[in-house]
Amino acid sequence: FLAGLGNFMQDVLWCFSQVKGTIDIGVAEADIISTVEFNHTGELLATGDKGGRVVIFQREQESKNQPHRRGEYNVYSTFQSHEPEFDYLKSLEIEEKINKIRWLPQQNAAYFLLSTNDKTVKLWKVSERDKRPEGYNLKDEDGRLRDPSMITMLRVPVLRPMDLMVEATPRRVFANAHTYHINSISVNSDYETYMSADDLRINLWNFEITNQSFNIVDIKPANMEELTEVITAAEFHPHHCNTFVYSSSKGTIRLCDMRTSALCDRHAKFFEEPEDPSNRSFFSEIISSISDVKFSHSGRYIMTRDYLTVKVWDLNMENRPIETYQVHDYLRSKLCSLYENDCIFDKFECVWNGSDSVIMTGSYNNFFRMFDRNTKRDVTLEASRENSKPRAILKPRKVCVGGKRRKDEISVDSLDFSKKILHTAWHPAENIIAVAATNNLYIFQDKVN
Amino acid sequence: MFVRGLKRKCFDGEEDIEGTLAGIKAVPSYNLQRQSLLDMSLVKLQLCHMLVEPNLCRSVLIANTVRQIQEEMTQDGTWQMINTQSTGQASLDRLVSTDILCRSSREQAEGKHVPGYSTFNKDFEGDQAQDSSETMSTVSSAQAPRNLQSNVWEMENPQENKGNFQKSLDQIFETLENKSPNSVEDLFSEVDNSYYDLDTMLTGMMSNTKMGHCDGLETFSSPTATASNSNCKSDLNELDHIVEILVES
Repeated sequence: FLAGLGNFMQDVLWCFSQVKGTIDIGVAEADIISTVEFNHTGELLATGDKGGRVVIFQREQESKNQPHRRGEYNVYSTFQSHEPEFDYLKSLEIEEKINKIRWLPQQNAAYFLLSTNDKTVKLWKVSERDKRPEGYNLKDEDGRLRDPSMITMLRVPVLRPMDLMVEATPRRVFANAHTYHINSISVNSDYETYMSADDLRINLWNFEITNQSFNIVDIKPANMEELTEVITAAEFHPHHCNTFVYSSSKGTIRLCDMRTSALCDRHAKFFEEPEDPSNRSFFSEIISSISDVKFSHSGRYIMTRDYLTVKVWDLNMENRPIETYQVHDYLRSKLCSLYENDCIFDKFECVWNGSDSVIMTGSYNNFFRMFDRNTKRDVTLEASRENSKPRAILKPRKVCVGGKRRKDEISVDSLDFSKKILHTAWHPAENIIAVAATNNLYIFQDKVN
Repeated sequence: MFVRGLKRKCFDGEEDIEGTLAGIKAVPSYNLQRQSLLDMSLVKLQLCHMLVEPNLCRSVLIANTVRQIQEEMTQDGTWQMINTQSTGQASLDRLVSTDILCRSSREQAEGKHVPGYSTFNKDFEGDQAQDSSETMSTVSSAQAPRNLQSNVWEMENPQENKGNFQKSLDQIFETLENKSPNSVEDLFSEVDNSYYDLDTMLTGMMSNTKMGHCDGLETFSSPTATASNSNCKSDLNELDHIVEILVES
């Protein structure tokens, strides 16, 4: 199915498919999307928001009547995953914002996903109910109890069809294991365990056990005054259940093997690129901080996102990445302003396509970028309401860096830094992408010929 | 809101600066720029969320930046020289507390000329080859001491500076460890507690507004501030929330 992706940038035209969310001028903070994730088949697409809600979209079956339209995603289930909490001991609020959602592979009719805020991970079961039992003996159809002495005959309740109802129930709550803010969760390939990572520690959980977790990484110094580095992201290897990686605020990635010791404080591999002395500034460390790390589907590579670039690393080469892509290098001269207004601390995520041939990440002004690893071509696209006509082909965008600005270009100083694309997702098998732009979720598909 | 007529230039704007405030084309010294970055960083560390735990990654990165600057300043001896670079301000000014820092920010936001933070040029980034046509019209010699003055709480004298500086960093991390807004007060043991009242949060809002002065990135406005970690606008709502909780309990 992905055979034709050899000349990706030439052959694929991205089209607008759908947009979810309101167009209101004032965006309610609670509606800001904070995570997006397809499940393993791509049938379901989950979003989490700052208000602690999870919305799951399901892809409709493709209809024979409209072969030019791929299946659309429509709301399947909505539920409140996390509520705001107040930590009375510290007099601090715990935000209900959903930091990450990760799906479990489907093993029966129900769907399972993990959702987490800063402190607590929850396992949710999403299941369908399309039948209900009727004909109870001890209660009538309204649920009122019947007087047993009035019952003269017995009957067997039967299942009758009902309107489809999708229920989400919390099956496990994994709480009280993180002192610091959880930034990542990752399901292990054994499907029995998962990890949760906060700024200083990583814990390993068994799905069945909620009152215990194993601490597998701890980088908290004995004296907090010596703290200079934090964990920024972590992920399990897609196939080797003993291997995981975690990234740091100093731009390093450590690969750990859980077979070597219980506490994986000593890494098996250490990935770091030597600093470029010509680009050194007071902001060098900040922009080297890795905001996301993702294994390729093959498990051979890892991709990291720092403030200005995306890098691909070969697991067999620790001293430098094999590929580096500039996301928005024109911001390099603006770092001071971006530090001043805190944009320099924005955490962009990055994703692989299903065949690991193309990588995607977000930028400002609702731009997002795709890089074809084979052809080395890249494209900048925009998620905006203006380009939201059905099946409208997205026009590549270009940022003008100074000098003459061409007609369709936008100058760096006109970029809207409040419109940032931090979260994107790529369907595991097809060219369908989901892009979160503040409170709107855009779905784009490639043009069907 | 700030006066739109004043066309200030963020240092890293590349636009033509003809027509900006006339007369002052002096490029601020690297030391001044570095000092401004140091001041900005310290303010960022102090403006912690009242209700929600501060983002540890951000705090660590800012603290590392501060350490870096301090190390460099110690190495080239300017740490000692801070006081001697006085441009004639009364020594009394130097004893002001952080209150002044907040008050100045607010005054600045009310339309006065805003010096300081946005006034870096490309040279600061170490890129020596750049054409230095972009100049700092907003940082005049008259403005510079004001910038110094507005951040003097840590600059009482060089020796104390170092001590205070180290003390501040340590306290900041203790604060992050304890994660209690009350222990943040330890950072300002000489400062009156008004820092934590509504004025401060307004100041925080004002300084966020002030950051919007940076023409180089003119679309910075409240949505950005809302999304950022040093979000003081929502602190007002959160203050109501706190009061609600206190009243109910």
